[in-house]
Amino acid sequence: MRKERWYSKLYVWVVMLFLYAPIFVLIAYSFNANKSRGKWTGFTLNWYNELFHNELIIQSLINTLIVALFASVIATVLGTAAALGINGMKKRSRALVMNLTYMPIINPEIVTGVSLMLLFVSARAILGEFELGFVTLLLAHISFCTPYVILNVLPKLRQMDRFTYEAALDLGCSPRMAFFKVVIPEIMPGITAGFLMALTYSVDDFIISYFNSGSSFQTLPITIYSMTRKRLSPEINALSTIIFAVILLILLLVNINGSRKERAATKRRVEG
Amino acid sequence: MKKRLKRLLACTLALALTVICASPAMATTEVEVTDPDYYTKFQGQNITLNVYNWGEYISDGSDDSLDVNKAFEELTGIKVNYTTFDTNESLYAKLRSGGASYDIIIPSDYMVSKMIQEDMLEKLDFSQIPNFQYIDESYVNPDYDPTNEYSVPYTWGTVGIIYNTNLVTEPVTSWDILWDEDYAGDILMFSNSRDAFGIALKKLGYSMNTEDPDELQEAADLLKEQKPLVQAYVMDQIFDKMQGGEAALAPYYAGDALTMIADSPELAFAVPEEGTNIFFDAICIPKGAKNVEAAHMYINFLCEPEVAAANIEYICYSTPNSAAYELLDEETANSPISYPPQEILDKAEAFVNLSEDTNLLLESLWTEVLTDDQSYNTWAMPLFLAAGILFSIGVNVARRIRKKKEQMY
Repeated sequence: MRKERWYSKLYVWVVMLFLYAPIFVLIAYSFNANKSRGKWTGFTLNWYNELFHNELIIQSLINTLIVALFASVIATVLGTAAALGINGMKKRSRALVMNLTYMPIINPEIVTGVSLMLLFVSARAILGEFELGFVTLLLAHISFCTPYVILNVLPKLRQMDRFTYEAALDLGCSPRMAFFKVVIPEIMPGITAGFLMALTYSVDDFIISYFNSGSSFQTLPITIYSMTRKRLSPEINALSTIIFAVILLILLLVNINGSRKERAATKRRVEG
Repeated sequence: MKKRLKRLLACTLALALTVICASPAMATTEVEVTDPDYYTKFQGQNITLNVYNWGEYISDGSDDSLDVNKAFEELTGIKVNYTTFDTNESLYAKLRSGGASYDIIIPSDYMVSKMIQEDMLEKLDFSQIPNFQYIDESYVNPDYDPTNEYSVPYTWGTVGIIYNTNLVTEPVTSWDILWDEDYAGDILMFSNSRDAFGIALKKLGYSMNTEDPDELQEAADLLKEQKPLVQAYVMDQIFDKMQGGEAALAPYYAGDALTMIADSPELAFAVPEEGTNIFFDAICIPKGAKNVEAAHMYINFLCEPEVAAANIEYICYSTPNSAAYELLDEETANSPISYPPQEILDKAEAFVNLSEDTNLLLESLWTEVLTDDQSYNTWAMPLFLAAGILFSIGVNVARRIRKKKEQMY
């Protein structure tokens, strides 16, 4: 292997700096005693304290997490089932369905958001009075999360050896058993990846939520965005710091777990 | 490995918990109201009130302040469902879409008049808002609601110039200074069309509510002339840019200027003598509200002197409520920034709703200002579309040809 040159290392570090500098600035200023970003006037944990007492922010965070969790779980189930179906389709119909799947992803969010809202509002005319709120928001989130799951599960299905499933049937598994014992474990990495992507997109989403949340249910991105007339409160910095720390922790856990499994697998292979 | 991680997790959690528990309960919810009996009507009826307000625009209990919504809930037994918006236009869009039903909204002046014109507001029953008596007479029957049937003023303020006294030594008396080449690159400007045009029109000596296309064109030309001097067109970034000393001059709202000056004493605020914009945010009940009577109760609560004073202390804008004004501390009450002398107010003008044509003209002129005269070609869009379609067809054809070639071998 060729030795790495200093400038290629430097390049990596510059990229890292660009990616992470804003986050570190944000974290630093979540401890700033002053409200402004321009001045450093001393260390404080006050913003964290206020954050936990700011009902609007906390409530929006809870709302966001509830919607994200429900939406991504349902989207994962739906998406996995859809991927299984698409995988079994003939070439032409598969191409058609795949294009339909790409649509919500390629479609600008604003179009998706407005059209979903129009759908809900016109559905109200038929189904009778109901308020836009948690349910509509959840439906909207499921609809844009599902394609991500499909796109993550499909390649795994294609990679999978069809014959392992048939072998399981030959060896006496019922189709249901074979599905849960063979197919699901095989495509599990795809399902997990799809679930995580759905979760992130759901937490992130502003535009679609904005149009479909109604008057009673507000998610975090909307709350943050509405602060822009006045100054963005440092409580948001504090909240972002906490979210960043939690995600970092989860990533570390997942990666350590993964690398340990890999090591165990290599060990087994060497011994066996 | 796993143990260590678990320990780490436990430590973080413990730390977080101590932070939460160690902090004293800060918010106060006790408030003295004029007539406690008035608020008992809906006790125990499980009513929910949907309130839609600007972000950061109500006292929320931080720093020992009054938590207005909680206090209202405890007093009346009505649950407040509080959500927030960022611009008048997004409020309007949300109401127009029919997707949401609110009981209380707090739009600004010109939006109130627009909504009145479009029959989107419920007429208020002032017999249910006894505390309306506290509203100072000069704020009753405002331009945006001439007969005062639809709205109760919540806050008001003026627009002026915030400047850094270290960088600007001459006295600031006129909008002209925003066109002064000595400060090229140090000037910030509003990024919303109405405010930006308002300043240009005032500088020219016209009304901010002009519908005359020639006057608007003149204002647009003036803004174009200013453009090379402007560092950035911004809204809330003004806070950081001014406090960080990145810019010398910026037009902004008086209340926010106060907040900035409190942190950065080198800043100062002046209202130009040509006159300025005075803005109001007013409480209204939109058509289609589910709990009109409870909404009146909420409006009345917001007009309680103590509540209004707490909100004003939190927001830093000026209050139209004379009883709340009495409760403010000396410094705020005597501040010429919040409560400017009469001669400034006499020259100040409030926005009213413009006709649809003027709004469109304003928007297109503003786009022209921001894009530096690059006129849009109406053919650009279809051309782009056609090019996109051709490109994708081309890619597909090329692929097919390549595939065929590969199959030949």
